[in-house]
Amino acid sequence: MRRGGRLVANPVLWVGLLFAMLLLRMDALGPLFRLEFPGIEPVIYNRDSFLALFLSQFVLVAVASLAASLAGVALAVFVTRPAGRDFRAMVDALATVGQTFPPAAVLAITVPMVGFGARPTVIALFVYGLLPIIENAVAGLEGVPQGVREAAEGMGLSAWQRLCQVDLPLAAPVILAGIRVSVTIAIGTATIGSTVGALTLGTPIFDGLVANKLPFVLEGAVLVALFAILTDLLFARLDRWLQPMGE
Amino acid sequence: MIEIDQVSKSYGERRVVDRLSLTVGAGELCVLIGTSGCGKSTTLRMINRLLPSDSGSIRVGGEDVASVPAEALRRRIGYAIQSIGLFPHWTVADNIATVPRLLKWREARVRDRVGELLELFRLDPPTYRGKYPHQLSGGEQQRVGVARALAADPELLLMDEPFAAVDPITRDALQAELAHIHRATGKTIVFVTHDIEEALRLATRIAIMDSGRIVQLGEPLDILEHPVNDFVRDFLGHQGLGLKLLSVRRIADRLRRDETAEGEPLALDASLGEALSAMTTRHTDRLPVSDTEGRKIGVIALGDLVR
Repeated sequence: MRRGGRLVANPVLWVGLLFAMLLLRMDALGPLFRLEFPGIEPVIYNRDSFLALFLSQFVLVAVASLAASLAGVALAVFVTRPAGRDFRAMVDALATVGQTFPPAAVLAITVPMVGFGARPTVIALFVYGLLPIIENAVAGLEGVPQGVREAAEGMGLSAWQRLCQVDLPLAAPVILAGIRVSVTIAIGTATIGSTVGALTLGTPIFDGLVANKLPFVLEGAVLVALFAILTDLLFARLDRWLQPMGE
Repeated sequence: MIEIDQVSKSYGERRVVDRLSLTVGAGELCVLIGTSGCGKSTTLRMINRLLPSDSGSIRVGGEDVASVPAEALRRRIGYAIQSIGLFPHWTVADNIATVPRLLKWREARVRDRVGELLELFRLDPPTYRGKYPHQLSGGEQQRVGVARALAADPELLLMDEPFAAVDPITRDALQAELAHIHRATGKTIVFVTHDIEEALRLATRIAIMDSGRIVQLGEPLDILEHPVNDFVRDFLGHQGLGLKLLSVRRIADRLRRDETAEGEPLALDASLGEALSAMTTRHTDRLPVSDTEGRKIGVIALGDLVR
């Protein structure tokens, strides 16, 4: 009974349902859009299915964020070990520079190098998503209490055991927070990839802007927003699951 | 058990430990004491190679520590520190099991050992096994910290101001437990502190350090009665020196055998300080003394305390 009650109150369920329904049956809202925007036909974007656009964007974001997470955490681990301490400032600077580039500028630079389509988009998302991950991972790893680190070393855990059994688990919530920010940003930023030929939920937005069809813009924007919100909610669940200490 | 031979350690220009030599026999509880920056913690941390020494040699159980892989060495040596450093994401049982698991003990043996240690520190195993460190009081955390250091039954235990951060009442209880465990297990312990009362209470031998050297090395009573110079005298403190002496001397040395007195007897190994305290609260100048089996074997009198 209480379980059922909690399930009903779970926002993941409702946002997920709404998102899935709009993805699959946006056309059901056709009459509503026609009422609001009379004279525009077709009123529902139909060059690609929304599901296909979503799946394509999902893959772009997943590939870029996974790569950024692995690279970001690896770099953070490296610069917080004695051997990599000297590279700390350099890695910080590089990540910050990556963040200050507008994503459109990254696309403008990468398109001539790798061509149009998904590849420049993934590269831009990767570069752009690295900073919050590195920043948080470094903060998380440095936040492991000195006494805990000293005890681990003094008891004879090897460097690798200290990393895997102590440092990473204790830093995990902070690292996850960085990945969460990075992925949420990436979902929004990925839509710009549509300008260089990647298929995303941004495609109806840009097509709508070019063809002056406001309904397309609305449809794309609402779906991207729901995608981002749903992802954020799922990360919140993961975060709670990562805190098993009853705090 | 430990032979430290002409060991030095510098940080840049500053020499923190200066050609220090010290031998600690098996079963001793050797206290390194001194002011901050005298090199006591540095010395301790060179024994399990948390810090490398610049020169000289350190042998543990006859083996040069530099010739053993650092991790293997540390798993043989218990280590307890002031900040305790319990792993916050592990239960009490998992924390205590750290070194046994590193040594690949069978899980049944690990479980038995954890239960045994919790009992030793009077922490009810069913209640405490599954708790997380943040659910424990400071004193309980430090008990678990020392239990963890003892888990794999190490030949040697290094303790760096382990009780400095707890309140006085808890500290008193922890000191009593450590003294008990030291007597019961006969472990060799090297204990760093800046608290002279703690040193006098626990040590079989005290090394008073200053500027990276040992100024005086001896048994507590010996150091109190014969400080070698003004530094040691200052360190022991001019106030309450007599009371410190009373806290170190034992009743056994002043006992009047074959006399009797009324009242609850004191133990033969109690200090003269405890005898004075009991006389004061009970308004008497004579108290009976009993041996370990509880038989009254004599009397301690007020005049005997100051003889």
